[in-house]
Amino acid sequence: MSDNNKKTNESIEKDQNFDPSRRRFLKNTGMVIGGVAGGSVLGGLLINQDKSDTATTDKNKQGAASPTEARMFFTRYEDFVVLEQTTERIYPEDDNGPGAIGLGVPYFIDKQLAGKWGVNAADYRQGPFLDSDPTVDMSSLTRGEIFILGLRKINEESQKRFDATFAEIEVEQQDEVLTDFANGDVDMKGIGSNRFFDLLRSATLEGAYSDPMYGGNRNMEGWKMKEFPGAVASYADIIDDKEFVKMDPVSLTDYQQKS
Amino acid sequence: MAEKLDKVDVVIVGSGWAGGTAAAELSKKGYEVVCLERGKDHSTEDFIGAKDELKYSRRIEMFQDLSKETLTIRNDIDEVATPHRSNETNSINGTDTGGSGVHWNGQIYRWLPTDFELRSKTIEKYGEDIIPEDMTMQDWGITYDEIEPYYDKFEETIGVSGEQDPLRPEMSRPFPNPPMKETATMALFKEATEAMGYHPYHMASANMSEKYENPDGETINACMYCAFCEQYGCDFGAKADPIVTVLSTARRHDNFELRNNSYVVRILHEDGRATGVRYVDTQTGEEYDQPADLVVVGGFTFTNTRLLLLSEIGKPYDPEANTGVVGKNITTHAANLTHLRVRGFFDEEKFNRYAGAGALGATMDDFNLEQLDHTELDFLHGFLIRSTQLGSRPITHNHVPEGVPTWGQEFKEKSLFYTHRNLDIQQQNGVLGWRYNYMDLDPTYKDVFGDPLLRVTYKFHDQDRNIVRYAHQKSKEILEEMGADHITVPEITDETEFGHNSLGDHTAGGVIMGDDPETSAVNNYSQMWDMENVFVLGASSFPHNSSSNPTNTVGALAYRATEGMIEYLENDGGLLVDPSKE
Repeated sequence: MSDNNKKTNESIEKDQNFDPSRRRFLKNTGMVIGGVAGGSVLGGLLINQDKSDTATTDKNKQGAASPTEARMFFTRYEDFVVLEQTTERIYPEDDNGPGAIGLGVPYFIDKQLAGKWGVNAADYRQGPFLDSDPTVDMSSLTRGEIFILGLRKINEESQKRFDATFAEIEVEQQDEVLTDFANGDVDMKGIGSNRFFDLLRSATLEGAYSDPMYGGNRNMEGWKMKEFPGAVASYADIIDDKEFVKMDPVSLTDYQQKS
Repeated sequence: MAEKLDKVDVVIVGSGWAGGTAAAELSKKGYEVVCLERGKDHSTEDFIGAKDELKYSRRIEMFQDLSKETLTIRNDIDEVATPHRSNETNSINGTDTGGSGVHWNGQIYRWLPTDFELRSKTIEKYGEDIIPEDMTMQDWGITYDEIEPYYDKFEETIGVSGEQDPLRPEMSRPFPNPPMKETATMALFKEATEAMGYHPYHMASANMSEKYENPDGETINACMYCAFCEQYGCDFGAKADPIVTVLSTARRHDNFELRNNSYVVRILHEDGRATGVRYVDTQTGEEYDQPADLVVVGGFTFTNTRLLLLSEIGKPYDPEANTGVVGKNITTHAANLTHLRVRGFFDEEKFNRYAGAGALGATMDDFNLEQLDHTELDFLHGFLIRSTQLGSRPITHNHVPEGVPTWGQEFKEKSLFYTHRNLDIQQQNGVLGWRYNYMDLDPTYKDVFGDPLLRVTYKFHDQDRNIVRYAHQKSKEILEEMGADHITVPEITDETEFGHNSLGDHTAGGVIMGDDPETSAVNNYSQMWDMENVFVLGASSFPHNSSSNPTNTVGALAYRATEGMIEYLENDGGLLVDPSKE
């Protein structure tokens, strides 16, 4: 963290950039999201305030608001907070590097759901939908609908068990809820909770490791952890090397032809 | 009302390896040829800068648009089939110019001599009793010696890079290019299997080991080992595909035309002869009739089978009455069985697994069809074993040893650690036909034009599970010899069943080849017994699936079929083979 940041509210800075959670941010600022409506209004105001502060103090810092990081698909901020929290538990920040939030995974998923993938446009969608325990792909629900249903169900389970939103509970409690989803132990409308969880998990990995142009894998940090060199024209000179060859990754931004 | 176009000599359905090969040969001979491709136009220019795992490996960009047409699947004849809805469950077959031949890996094997006479040779060796009831094993009506020159021809066209398999018959001449380079894990595989007394060799490849000019004058560039091969078009024109080979050859001739966005809905026929095809321009919705003297059906297995059923050509197969042929003997290298792999994890070694090529690997035939004594085994046919290096792209490759969770802190840690410290040993086995595994038209679900979808009825048998279980034990022994610290063997239970995650791009049958019109739909020139001016090319003609990859056999049979077409056109028709009755 550079010196000129010190005059800003350090706890906010820290939350914004290093702490994977909005949860702690809200705790530290004394704000508790209770009901959906209240949280929406207060959360929205706070985040806007917070982002403008950050943007004016250090534009280049990791995690600084990018103009591509606004919600296209998720209309409710509360849903997006749950998405942030769940993806971070699936792929947490650790000594290897950033977690899902730091990599931009929630915004990646938001963009994917806003496009043809979210409405299953490339899929066969004629009924009847007859499978009793459909996979995500075989469900009458679109991927977008499954995400909304699943994320809200996660908050609902959290409220039921701990009397707090998913963002407010401790990580151990978060993992407990997610484990039940992963095991298919939570009743969801139209789809098994394990199916929803598998979708969430695979979308998280997609966001961590797809080309940064999609909004995840921020600064190619996912590829750096994975030691994946990205779009490299040729490995002809190292393909028969017996030793491991480490390379700096290249994204399509640099690989593709440009005018 | 369909607009009637000017008549041509030959109309071809599909521009992949089957249709494309026919297109090149017939165009060279001067025939007026129109090739109808349902998908869009694309070429090597579209693949430059396409190293995008999300788009091609996850969203399956190059495969059939299922929103327009798919197939339905069930296990038993008394069940209701449900549609295969998403390519993300399982991507099955390609579309667009060049078809599946554009996004294949380029793994090249000839099929085994015994494959073509499987029933006769099995009975000769073991007696008829070894063939289970309801297994519809049959001969192909062609021998290996008859097909060998066509293998040779296709291998020259696509510039195969490789070496002679020590356990297969000597080829009439070596492959046109030397083998690809050898990676650390391929060397490890070879060292281990040689120590175990096996016969590993360098897998033959349609990725070029060096720049190559084929006999038609088409240039294929040298492979860069860039690791974007499978499910991708080649960035460098370094993988033999129909676009840079046979279609390029056809396009040198003014008498050839490729029409994209042209979805063939019927083969038109009168009095037992095809008169042409009807297709829809998918960009305008307009219908056209394209008259032709000869109709070549060169689509994927499903397209070929469905088009014949919709057009009411050939006798539909009825498993209960055990009559008819069209739709019979579907076989596949199932993604959730045949292609399940044993994986080894290495704590101390680290390999350059991010690099690779679609057909880069070492392979062996020590457990293949002709090497095994089946009297001591609970399965027929056999399997190859191989260790490949296709490039471990990061979204798809997050393998962890058994016992590690699939998400969370430990998963992240271990999946990162093992990224370049794991490899799989793949077995691929022969898959045989069964009486109740077949294709017909679905009674409920329709395509975008209102026509019934194709319905697949398919069930695994003990044969299918036993051969994979046996192969997995062999793969595990090899990984132990290679020094893997942790080995994961996929569980196969008696409940492991064919489903929506089974079908792959190695699916065959439906319009099978043979010498008897009662049990086969086409003769060994791929000519329909029931309609002599219709030739049906592709893996649809395979009575069973061998243990190796199908494309080389698709290409070889396409060359043979085209010789037959030319003979047919020059001699004013007739069946090219006398039907035999058993």
